[in-house]
Amino acid sequence: MSKETKNIAKEVVVEKPLLLRGEAWMDIIWDLFCPGCQIPLVGRLVAESLEELGIGDKAIMVGCVGCTGILIASMTMDRVSPAHGRGPDIATALKRIHPKTVVFTVQGDGDCIAIGAGPLIGALTRAEKITVIMVNNTNYGTTGGQLAPTTLTGQVTSTTPKGRSPSAEGYPMHTAEMVATFRGTAYSARGSMHTPADYQRTKKYVRTAFQRQIEGVGFSFVEIITACPVNWHMTPVQALDWIGEKVVAEFPVGEFKNVTHIE
Amino acid sequence: MAKRILAEGNEAVGWGALSAGCKCFFGYPITPQNEIMELLARELPERGGVFIQSQCETGAINMLYGAATAGVRAMTSTASPGWALMQEGMSDMASANLPGVVVVVQRIGPGVQRVEHAQMDYNSVTKGGVGGYKNIVLAPASVQETHDLMQLAFYLADKYRHPVVVLTEGILGHVIEPLEVKTLDFGPLPEKDWAVAGRGTHKDGKYREIGPSYHPLYDGTYLNYLNALREKYRAMESELRYEEYKVQGAKAILVAYGYCARVAKEAVDMARAEGLKAGLLRPITLWPFPYQPLRDKAGKGRKFIAVEDSLGQMVDDVKMAVEGKSEVHLADVTFRHMPSEEGMILPGRLLQEIRRLL
Repeated sequence: MSKETKNIAKEVVVEKPLLLRGEAWMDIIWDLFCPGCQIPLVGRLVAESLEELGIGDKAIMVGCVGCTGILIASMTMDRVSPAHGRGPDIATALKRIHPKTVVFTVQGDGDCIAIGAGPLIGALTRAEKITVIMVNNTNYGTTGGQLAPTTLTGQVTSTTPKGRSPSAEGYPMHTAEMVATFRGTAYSARGSMHTPADYQRTKKYVRTAFQRQIEGVGFSFVEIITACPVNWHMTPVQALDWIGEKVVAEFPVGEFKNVTHIE
Repeated sequence: MAKRILAEGNEAVGWGALSAGCKCFFGYPITPQNEIMELLARELPERGGVFIQSQCETGAINMLYGAATAGVRAMTSTASPGWALMQEGMSDMASANLPGVVVVVQRIGPGVQRVEHAQMDYNSVTKGGVGGYKNIVLAPASVQETHDLMQLAFYLADKYRHPVVVLTEGILGHVIEPLEVKTLDFGPLPEKDWAVAGRGTHKDGKYREIGPSYHPLYDGTYLNYLNALREKYRAMESELRYEEYKVQGAKAILVAYGYCARVAKEAVDMARAEGLKAGLLRPITLWPFPYQPLRDKAGKGRKFIAVEDSLGQMVDDVKMAVEGKSEVHLADVTFRHMPSEEGMILPGRLLQEIRRLL
């Protein structure tokens, strides 16, 4: 190796890995997740949003039970794990005691709107100034892909082997739209991450949700559609395509409420 | 500064909590405990505290969980059916090492029934629920003691980082007696540097983590966790408290807690006036239960009478304590003076039983 080459080599040696955006607030434990699972991306999106808003130091994350609950182990802000579905109750107490913190839950769809429907609606009714981020992957992932409130009509799950039938299982639950109907809601949106553009748009939703909490306007909510290739019995790429074709057709993305003042 | 007032037992719960520096109350309306939350709805916000009427008792216990993670003194109160709904949260608080005070004002059961007093939740309160957790249970027998034990409950909760139950019932909740409101000092407690408040607030700059999980605090293995839990429960057993009344030379020892202990004390006096040697042992902590003090008195022809307003729950603990060395009798809910829900166990009926046995 010539002296010249050696010098050049020295210049490009990277002592530490490049700093990723949001790295201060997450340290993703990848092997806890299935291939193609997008829940780690939800963590990244939250971490990037906290970093961009400069609020990570005063953030408290409340987790959940289920696949989305696994995420909390990867997040490095103050964090609390609740029982199944109880996140909004715990977030309520934390926010009331520490009004200057930014308190948010990250919950799966089963956690948030099946077993946790009561806590969610209780927090909405009281107009708690917390942020709820609901991950919608249309099934119960950890337990093996059972029917969720968000399962699409006709979708095969391990407890709807012939597909979700409206006569027996009813229709997919539209949580973001429901949240928007509450007077105490400042912000409600639904996003997906099946394309880079959707990721960026969803991050904007999360940032706005945090912003409304910081402003003290009211309850803020973002539903995020994520791929669950293993339980959908698809490859990761097929799963993203299926979101684009089927899931967003049932669950339209966009903002359902965004106000800076509640009368 | 001490203040003397007239108060009912439920109000004494509230005053005791305020004397202990309780900052948060979460609860759902249920008879016969409503006066607790009504008093704190009025008094807590004036003191800069947080009062939230939750959507259900499950919500209340989980809000208590949340407040505990923030490191402030917090409580909830409920009656029997609400206690059933708090089981999940109690187990999780025990698992997550979270302090908090839960007041259970017992009413008749099983199931929802009506709202009158009873002592039918002894087993579910003292034996732990899902996952086999245990917790200290304090059982006051007067308005003043309710106020004082509330403060002890907050102290013990913080001392052990564990939920504590204060168990009363509809009668004690509504009896009105003089009350001296004053703050009791039980000694220093460790700083709650484990509480969450945002990573930026911690001196070491590290994030805090709280959850119903054994991993973070106990070296990551389940057995390490269980061994630590056993040590914790053993340490809590040192908090045993009970009162003896005229047990010296007694041929019959009544064992009773709560309102039944008040009734039993009067029955003991009536019996002694007739020359019948009766006495009373009143557990103040129902868990830990005074097994050894009872065991020490067993034998020598002594008889024990468990007095409780249920079909018999505490009586099993009395039997376990005396280990077959003494007869154990039960004066239960069927001793009430009238057949409707409003009936009470009265001293005269207990005196009859003492006469029958001595």
